[in-house]
Amino acid sequence: MSDTKDISLSVNGKQYSANVETRVHLADFLREELKLTGTHIGCEHGVCGTCTILVDGKATRACLMLAVQANGKEITTIEGLGDAKSLHPVQEAFRDNHALQCGYCTPGMIMSLAAYLEDNPNPEESDIREAISGNICRCTGYQGIVAAGLQAAKEMQGKR
Amino acid sequence: MARKYFGTPVKRNEDPRFITGQGRYVDDIQIANTKHAAFLRSPHAHAKIKSIDTSAAEDMPGVHLVLTQDDFDDDFKDKRMVVEAPPGMLKQPINQYPLAKDEVHVVGQTVALIVADTRHQAEDAANMIMVDYEPLDAIINFKKALDKDAPLAHSTMEDNEVATIGSAFGDVDKIFDSADHVLKVETETHRGGCHATECRAVLVDYNNPHDGLTMYTATQSPFMVRRAIANFIGEDESLIRVVAPDVGGGFGPKGNTYPEEIVLAIAARQIGGAVKWVEDRREHFTATSVQGDQKWTIEIAATKDGKILGLRGDILVDMGAHLCNGFVLPATTLFLPLSGPYTIECLDFKLTGVYTNKTPTSPVRGAGRPNANFAFERAVDAVARELGLDGAEIRRRNLIKKDQFPYETGAKMPHGQPVIYDSGNLEGALDIALKLSEYDDFKARQEKARAEGRYLGIGIASCIEDTGFGPYEGATVKVQPSGKVLLSIGASSQGQGHETVFAQIVADELGVDMDDITFRAADTATTPLGVATVASRITVTAGPATQAAAREVRAKAIALAAQQLDIPEDELEIEDGIIKPKDPKRSNEGVTLSQIASTLEPLMGGGVPPGFTPSLEATSYDKSTSMPYASSANIAEVEVDIETGEVKVVRYSVAHDCGNMINPMLVDGQIIGGVVHGIGNALFERMYYDDAGQPLSTNYGEYLLPMACEMPHIDIEHQQTPSPNNPLGVKGAGEGGTIPAASAVISAVENALEPFGVIINEHPVSPPRICELLDAAQT
Amino acid sequence: MKPGPFTYHDPASVDDLVGLLGSLEDVKLLAGGQSLMPMLNMRYVIPDHVIDLNTISSLDGINDNGSALEFGAMTRQADVLENADVGNKAPLLHEALTHVGHFQTRNRGTIGGSLCNLDPSAELPVAALLYEAELSVQGPDGTRQVAMKDWPLAYMTPSLAPEEVLTSITMPYWTEPHGSSFMEFARRHGDFAIVAVGCLLAVEGGNITRAAIALGGAQQTPYRLEEAEQALVGQPANENTFKAAAEIAKSQDAMSDTYVQENYRKRLAGVLTQRALKQAAVRAGA
Repeated sequence: MSDTKDISLSVNGKQYSANVETRVHLADFLREELKLTGTHIGCEHGVCGTCTILVDGKATRACLMLAVQANGKEITTIEGLGDAKSLHPVQEAFRDNHALQCGYCTPGMIMSLAAYLEDNPNPEESDIREAISGNICRCTGYQGIVAAGLQAAKEMQGKR
Repeated sequence: MARKYFGTPVKRNEDPRFITGQGRYVDDIQIANTKHAAFLRSPHAHAKIKSIDTSAAEDMPGVHLVLTQDDFDDDFKDKRMVVEAPPGMLKQPINQYPLAKDEVHVVGQTVALIVADTRHQAEDAANMIMVDYEPLDAIINFKKALDKDAPLAHSTMEDNEVATIGSAFGDVDKIFDSADHVLKVETETHRGGCHATECRAVLVDYNNPHDGLTMYTATQSPFMVRRAIANFIGEDESLIRVVAPDVGGGFGPKGNTYPEEIVLAIAARQIGGAVKWVEDRREHFTATSVQGDQKWTIEIAATKDGKILGLRGDILVDMGAHLCNGFVLPATTLFLPLSGPYTIECLDFKLTGVYTNKTPTSPVRGAGRPNANFAFERAVDAVARELGLDGAEIRRRNLIKKDQFPYETGAKMPHGQPVIYDSGNLEGALDIALKLSEYDDFKARQEKARAEGRYLGIGIASCIEDTGFGPYEGATVKVQPSGKVLLSIGASSQGQGHETVFAQIVADELGVDMDDITFRAADTATTPLGVATVASRITVTAGPATQAAAREVRAKAIALAAQQLDIPEDELEIEDGIIKPKDPKRSNEGVTLSQIASTLEPLMGGGVPPGFTPSLEATSYDKSTSMPYASSANIAEVEVDIETGEVKVVRYSVAHDCGNMINPMLVDGQIIGGVVHGIGNALFERMYYDDAGQPLSTNYGEYLLPMACEMPHIDIEHQQTPSPNNPLGVKGAGEGGTIPAASAVISAVENALEPFGVIINEHPVSPPRICELLDAAQT
Repeated sequence: MKPGPFTYHDPASVDDLVGLLGSLEDVKLLAGGQSLMPMLNMRYVIPDHVIDLNTISSLDGINDNGSALEFGAMTRQADVLENADVGNKAPLLHEALTHVGHFQTRNRGTIGGSLCNLDPSAELPVAALLYEAELSVQGPDGTRQVAMKDWPLAYMTPSLAPEEVLTSITMPYWTEPHGSSFMEFARRHGDFAIVAVGCLLAVEGGNITRAAIALGGAQQTPYRLEEAEQALVGQPANENTFKAAAEIAKSQDAMSDTYVQENYRKRLAGVLTQRALKQAAVRAGA
């Protein structure tokens, strides 16, 4: 008796249609159906921020949306933010500043910061810390991530 | 030969895939038609299992298999998981059955396995399994576990004692009897779980008996998992392949072998194909080991001049319901951290581990050393307080002096080996930290703040820690015919940057670029042997092995090139992958590593030059000759709001010494991450239980991990006293940030509240607890 | 941690929604999802039906009608936070929202969802109580208005029948010059408040002419500190006055739970009331 629904959505600029079980959350849909495993799952109760993606440009916890709710939306995942040929300034800054160790919280951190810096071009250290206050990292102690955020902000300012 | 990469902060080779979402964690690995598993877990801390009825679950949509312990083959139906400890060492060693049999001993214990098409369906079916439990009394408070009338954690045992071990040296009674001062200090420490951002995960694939079983698991110790599975199911290790792919953090608990790994191996062989289990976060709170509470009752003896003569006392450790990691945590708590960074004349401690019906204990970053450091540093601060000495001064009077290294502490390991600190400059580190933290100005800052009604405090913690224990870690270096260099090590990484630091060594030895090196690790079928990535040991073990293997490859390449070019070996060098004469006049002569490798690997119709074996590769298991000791001085500055009890860590300074550093940027990362974990232990992380043993803090709203706004910027300065025990002079750096951090923070909080006479010998301390201590001190 | 099975509905209008509510049993309404989805994922709730409110566009929107701000129940918290009218006319609401979760959760979380969930530690109910919001509810028999003070019936239970849905919230703002302050004590930024205090204060010639104080997190539902409000009017806006109000806050009953006992919540109620009043007075130009 599984309830399913047809949905149609854009993910990283590509159009997808699928028939999904209505109880499947968006993070699972992206990972299992679309094989976009860059979005990770850390807690499934909305605190760790590991699953952060963009929904119509806004940073969102993918585990707290049903896949069916993404119908008609534009989703951006880490795979769509930038790749080896063309990295987003936040991605580059992460590597420059040792802002990652195990890499598991990294996609969610990068998506959160990319979204935040888009709307907040001139942050101080305390602003960056607040921007990532909804993302858990157990490895880095956040310092490298803060440095990366500040570097990316400068880089993005220069490009505006 | 110039070292271009060693010691430089090169960017990491592993980052490109992580920053673009191309990592391969267990749950990312795609195998067609993978089925999904869920576990039914005990809702009780302690209960008899009267019956299990899985019939309704088996009929649920999508279900392929439901297993309980009774469904196992006769070979392992009555088989418990092994207690990894020397026989005879422990009074009552008990580990669990992979799926519970007759009795459950902890909330979250595995009771049944369900395999279905989707995880959702597996969980639906799990809810249909009927288990008839008869709840039994549970022992939850570890301090009561040895009471005469304490409930038994296991109804088949005579009491709750796991074992008692001891460490002693010097004439304790005589020294204490004649000491000017003997102070008593009791500490209680809680450290919680690892909370790696990636939960555990296991993917098993089994297709036919000839190829055996492949298991991808988020583990710190693939070779140990392989052995445990092989021994449990009675299969040869060659038919079990265990791979640790990218692992999202470990911090200790991913170093055990878990019942889920054994059960899934059994299940996959039964139904064939691929089966995956991903631990969810709620499971992680109870199903992944934690580091249980410790209570220390200490006496410290000192002279009136503040010279610490010795310590003695008792330690009680909560081991939880099962020995999932032998008695390792008590050992790492007792034998190595004491006697700390100070010259003391005597020591006598007994440590007792007890069972409780709570999540099993194993090392969590620092592995008991943070608890030992905390107890010791609180005792030292107590002496300072008694004698009116400042925290820096008492340490200066007691730290081991530079010229006393190598320093034999007087302590001995269980097998009789003396504990010897190889190198260090503890006072030098203290001076650096004092300068970094602007310690000399602090009193003035503190008084100015007090006049404004603000309470600042500063606390110092010194630390020395063992790193790099054996027995070995393997490294293979092979130059491919393409000229690329394959570096292969047995150790798994959970973020420490192995792919980079060991490549730095190879790049230097072989004169190639970092980009020319491909990296494989932690695959029992394809990489050299490893043991486990724990206890800050891999740099010290795999580092020398990597260098030795690379040097052997270099020597072989140069020997063949010397022959081919007709030039003496010592007149050749390697640069940019080309073996050429050092003489600049002949620099256009040369042969590439690629050509040498191809020469040594002809296929059909070729021959290997006489005197040479095929393949330009070497494997080594070289390591440090004995454990190197890293050390540090740590200073925390806090502000306490005495109206709310809130503590802000406003500043944290570390003078850290891990000998030579392969990549200073990565060392900084380890220190900062470790310090933040320690601050979490000091102020935030606590798992609450109710009286029946139900864990209450099973989500991240209630179990508080340190997050960015509450963490300070951490200042680090490095001191390098290279280890004489390995050719690289390196020491481990993975846990040094954590081990003294809670000590420094709590000492600072106590210092802030000095006007009120508050003494704090516990952690974590929450704001309500601080208010409670303030109220008590004022009555 | 995957949800149990349910039937999903996505009505296009409030009328369709009310129709569904009338015909279905064991229903959960999905607003922003920041509270419900964790409960579904953890199977703390296993409803037969989940009705998605996000497909009803008429429930979203912010309007200043000249004396009050009107919010559609499904208006995202992020939109309320960024709204210029909110910032100018109801700065306390803006300040309260800076404590609500994190920017990622505010992109989905809704003002109506928070008011219906009525978590004792939530910030938005405190703000709504201070502004004496009117909540508009629609059911099979039409619409009715509920004053915010009458909205919480019990722990996490609003005055909402199973066939009813909250459609909009109207918050009259203070038009006279005044200061406001929203303070909370939480363990980490963005965490639920252990205790939160909001206050609005009008000061003329150094004396308090109007005062509203509300507390959240201390009891099972948020409440106005009416005894203190009455005592404040006519008093000079100084430390002693604030201290007296703080004593009243401190003397109210408070909850105990696993993590925090009653006496600590009472302590916080006192400390935060004093600090919030002080800040509001400064902002009022006192």
